[in-house]
Amino acid sequence: MIEPLLETAGLTKRFGRVVALSDVSLRIDAGGSVGVVGPNGAGKTTLFDCVLGVVKPDAGWVAFDGRRIDRLPTFRRALLGIGRTFQRLELFGGMTPREHLCVTERVRGGRGRLWKDVIGLGRPSPRERREADDLLALVGLEDVADVPVEALNLGRSRLVELARALVGPPELLMLDEPSSGLDDAERAILVSVLERVRHERGVAVVLVEHDLDLVTAVVDRLVVLDVGRVIADGPVDTVLSDAAVRSAYLGSGR
Amino acid sequence: MALFLSFLLPGIPYGCAYALMGAGLVLTYRASGVFNLAFGAQAYVSAIIFSIAVHDAWPSWAAFVVAVLVASPAIGLAVERLLFRYTRTAGPLVKLVPALGLLIAIPSVTQMIIGTATRLPSSLVLQTWKIYFHLGSTPVSGGELSTTVITVVVVGLFALVLRSSTLGLRMRAVVESPRMAELSGVRADRTSATAWVLSSLFAGLAGVLLAPIFATVSAPNFTALLVAAVAAAAIGGFESLPLALGGAIGLGISQQLLAGYLPSGTILSSGLRPAFPFVVLAVALVARRTLRQSSARDPLASCDPPALAFRAPARMAQVAVGSRAFGALVAGMLVATTLVLVPGSWEFVFTLGAVLSIVFLSITLLTGMGGQISLGQAAFAGAGAFTVGQLAMHAVPVLAAVLLGGLLAAALGTVVALPALRLGGVAVGLLTLSFALLATNVLFLYPWSGNGATGLTVPRPRLGAVSFAGSGAFFWLVLAFLVVLAGAVKLVQWGTIGQELAALRGSERGSAAIGIDMRRLRVVAFTLSAGIAGIGGALYACLQQSISVNDFNYQFSLVYVVVVAAVGVYSVAGALEAGVLYAVLMQLTSTLSSRFSSLLALVFALAALSYVRHPEGVVAYAKAWVLDRAEQLTRHFQRAEPPGTGSRGAAGRAEGRAAGRAEGPQPACLGEAEEAGGRDLRATAGAGAARPPAANGQGRSHLRSRLHGGDRR
Repeated sequence: MIEPLLETAGLTKRFGRVVALSDVSLRIDAGGSVGVVGPNGAGKTTLFDCVLGVVKPDAGWVAFDGRRIDRLPTFRRALLGIGRTFQRLELFGGMTPREHLCVTERVRGGRGRLWKDVIGLGRPSPRERREADDLLALVGLEDVADVPVEALNLGRSRLVELARALVGPPELLMLDEPSSGLDDAERAILVSVLERVRHERGVAVVLVEHDLDLVTAVVDRLVVLDVGRVIADGPVDTVLSDAAVRSAYLGSGR
Repeated sequence: MALFLSFLLPGIPYGCAYALMGAGLVLTYRASGVFNLAFGAQAYVSAIIFSIAVHDAWPSWAAFVVAVLVASPAIGLAVERLLFRYTRTAGPLVKLVPALGLLIAIPSVTQMIIGTATRLPSSLVLQTWKIYFHLGSTPVSGGELSTTVITVVVVGLFALVLRSSTLGLRMRAVVESPRMAELSGVRADRTSATAWVLSSLFAGLAGVLLAPIFATVSAPNFTALLVAAVAAAAIGGFESLPLALGGAIGLGISQQLLAGYLPSGTILSSGLRPAFPFVVLAVALVARRTLRQSSARDPLASCDPPALAFRAPARMAQVAVGSRAFGALVAGMLVATTLVLVPGSWEFVFTLGAVLSIVFLSITLLTGMGGQISLGQAAFAGAGAFTVGQLAMHAVPVLAAVLLGGLLAAALGTVVALPALRLGGVAVGLLTLSFALLATNVLFLYPWSGNGATGLTVPRPRLGAVSFAGSGAFFWLVLAFLVVLAGAVKLVQWGTIGQELAALRGSERGSAAIGIDMRRLRVVAFTLSAGIAGIGGALYACLQQSISVNDFNYQFSLVYVVVVAAVGVYSVAGALEAGVLYAVLMQLTSTLSSRFSSLLALVFALAALSYVRHPEGVVAYAKAWVLDRAEQLTRHFQRAEPPGTGSRGAAGRAEGRAAGRAEGPQPACLGEAEEAGGRDLRATAGAGAARPPAANGQGRSHLRSRLHGGDRR
């Protein structure tokens, strides 16, 4: 049996009397793709935050690449190879998309940074520059590569976050409602980028999303959360025809 | 027991005055997010107006009306209207710098108007020192009685108003989200103005009540009152009024108890009493959970255009080269003038300018690049300076001692940074301020450190056979240090640390998500900055050759931040300009009469008020203006390519320039959209607004904002 890339077991998180997550156990294989859906307040973002260490779960554990990571701080988990985007934008104000990617590469690049700084006066190395250009081309942001992100609209800002999460590349990409605020053209870019990183770079994808058309276009497997519980987990078609899922999330009309 | 009571009772009126001002602090902080350090100055103004009026034989009720009910609230209203109304959605630095500027500017203006004659305080209702009755065996004087009674009545009335009217509720709404509050019909501007007027009234009242306790009415006494009030507010987490009030009374009492029970005549007893509020402040800051994270975000924040982070625009090649050449020319001329042309006193001035530039570089690194506010840089400089003094006595080579001073200051910086890790924004500034106060009131007084007011003597350094005792040689040495350190700071700015700090300024969660170790980065920034300040302080000691604790008073820390922020905190050049400007202006104003002695501080304090509009700094703004004109001229002569191609246009837009220059890659089609009622409306949206499922970037949100009246840009 192959080792899962990400595994959570019994994750539970309460905020006061509100149960955000209750005994959530998930396995995500390397290169796999999972959509996490559920009504608002079902605990999707809390699940992300627990996996990334932004909030500390009350019970349960998280393992990445066969190694427990629940005691590591957020930045260490990110360095292990987890890229993430946010439901509400968390871009670096005042920096351009290219600078976003270059600083991320520098951070993920690890050792020898002092020498790079002294010799190169802080400029990105040719390799960093090339990777940044590749990613900008991948998400279609070459024309605004040197514009401060404040000047970008919501859709393109989301693509900057996506590109930033793809630096490395990570082994696991966790996207929190990436399509909210995107127009049709940008949504198409998003789908094709996710397809490409999955198949060309073997990146596993966890996607929280309300747009079921987009989810089904990208993922093989669906996990449905409701009030902090996993109520269904399986191949997309099976889950979508599940009666409990229909009543909790989709409504009977669908 | 009688002894205990005799220590305890006199603490209560102090506590009451702290409570009044603390309540004011909490109120404005809750209503506008501004931590108004200027309340100290407002209390001073009220006290001095009251004292002058009474001495001019006004009836004391009339003096009270003018001083407390008119003057202080008027100042509060004015600063809310003119400054802080525009900082509601801004970051902590933008909120703090103008408040610091006011704290410095208001007393200097007052001093210029009324002169520097000593003003004796007057009592408000009862005669201050007359004993009215005894409680147990403790005499209760009129001042104590009136302070306590008036505070209880005023605070009680205030609590009643807050509880029974909707003012408190509206205030909370405005703090949470000014935009949302306005959409639900709350007049955010009026609510916050009310809070400012009320809290200024408290500050003025505290000033008049507490004035008789001091021998004379002078501004530093009221700064001390302010920090005690800050500590009280911190006990309440800047949120809870009852806790802040209780904390204030407790603070006043324990201060008196300490004074009573500590062995008299030692540095600890004479120093700890004034420094005690800062110890409390530091503990409260680190312990209170509410202060650790920056406050919750406005749920409608995404409706506003994002706050513009400062970013120097890319310049045309010719203009960039020209401005660099000009800068080099000016620097070269300054150096040449110093060495060849000017008399000795000016040589000293320019050397001092270079030393101050080094200290200011530490603020550029920490605040400009790291986005953290330190109000304790003078203490780090002092640590460096006193290290040199002490080591020189033990025959350590002075140059080595300078470097060791920097190292020691850096170590202190690490120590201060560790508790600061859990805090954000203003709280870090207050923590460092409490460190600076502890340093000037206790740490620097011991013979093994600063040796109190007597101070230390420091020789000029020598390197082998080369002596830097002469002023010309010493200038070269300082210049060498300045060039190396400025280069190092530039390297940090361009390098990984600078890029990581820039990312951290932009978004903490975002930087954690890409793998930036926020805690390590913050400690590194603090350590580097404190080390630079320490070297600057050490060189200052060598320059002056005799130093004492007064050279590193905590108030210098405040002035330094104001000076650098006013000139330009985001660039290395800004620190150099600030250092030279400060030293030159200091020399020019030193010949003025004592009434105008604070003119220097006033100039920078007033410049700091412009921080709200121009966070890049006055000098940086002026430079940008000149360079803009230069670019226009260049283009005029070239007539080659159309203006604003590529990233240049977007940079213009990021600076909030006129729409005519905002040709960026985003199509910004100016046009007219029809509102449903048929009224014409100019908006940034074009035809896109008419078809709802449009592509992004058509300006729909802007149109909606305009309709709500929210778009003020």
